[in-house]
Amino acid sequence: MKNIKKAVISNQCVACGTCVSICPFNAINIFKGIRAVVDVELCVGCGKCKSACPGSIIEIQEMEESQ
Amino acid sequence: MKRWNNYLWIFSLTYLLLGFVNILFAWLGLICFITPLLISVFGGGKAYCNNYCGRGQLFQLLGKKLRLSRNRDIPNFLRTKWFRYGFLTFFMIMFMNMLFATYLVFEGTNGLQEVITLLWTFKVPWQWANSTTISPWITQFAFGFYSVMLTSTILGIITMVLFKPRSWCIYCPMGTMTQGICKLKEIRKDESDGRESKTSS
Ligand code: SF4
Ligand code: SF4
Ligand code: SF4
Repeated sequence: MKNIKKAVISNQCVACGTCVSICPFNAINIFKGIRAVVDVELCVGCGKCKSACPGSIIEIQEMEESQ
Repeated sequence: MKRWNNYLWIFSLTYLLLGFVNILFAWLGLICFITPLLISVFGGGKAYCNNYCGRGQLFQLLGKKLRLSRNRDIPNFLRTKWFRYGFLTFFMIMFMNMLFATYLVFEGTNGLQEVITLLWTFKVPWQWANSTTISPWITQFAFGFYSVMLTSTILGIITMVLFKPRSWCIYCPMGTMTQGICKLKEIRKDESDGRESKTSS
């Protein structure tokens, strides 16, 4: 099992969409205008969304890859 | 790839400049008020914020491309629900106040005030942008509405410089309102789904 990095978005998200347009892997979507959700299959944990998020509410967390 | 809607910041910038030329152009700003609401009410979510808001693009451009933003984290209180919905409420009260001032001019109680009120406090003489002879209430609304637009732009720019390029989006009343509508719609949908599943079981 190896550790991988993924973006995790807190529920303070305002659904502004900044992270969606910045993500090079199209890994984020805005769910029904309510909040951003990360597709963990596509996210590589690069952190671009974290630095762009105007509310600084995205964290890059290490997780164990389950295979 | 850049699409047409990536250039809507030009519309926002032009709008702000036109207010210095002729105040009646301020009426055009209603587009940025009504469109986001209609989109979220009719199921388009926050597509306006996500794809079509020129103001958000303008802040991103100024903050990121022109490097005017310090790129610091926004203070925690600004992202709390209390602050966001509190600011929306304050904003709406001031908006109603502006509509009432327009009504008083329409009714003839007050004369036309050719001023722009910045940050709801500072009155700036602006008579040079008014060369019209149409009904005074139409012009009064334009002064009032432009005051709202300019005030929110100034707040947005201050927030952009101090924090991240689009940090204004965290407490922008339009953004809070459209997200609120989407949340309400989801709650109502959940409730009606719940009722349906109860009756069918
Ligand atoms: S940039 Fe931040 S606040 Fe905006 S949608 Fe993404 S996670 Fe939410
Ligand atoms: S960490 Fe990188 S890949 Fe993952 S969602 Fe953020 S920008 Fe996209
Ligand atoms: S939150 Fe406000 S400024 Fe930001 S994209 Fe939405 S409407 Fe535009």
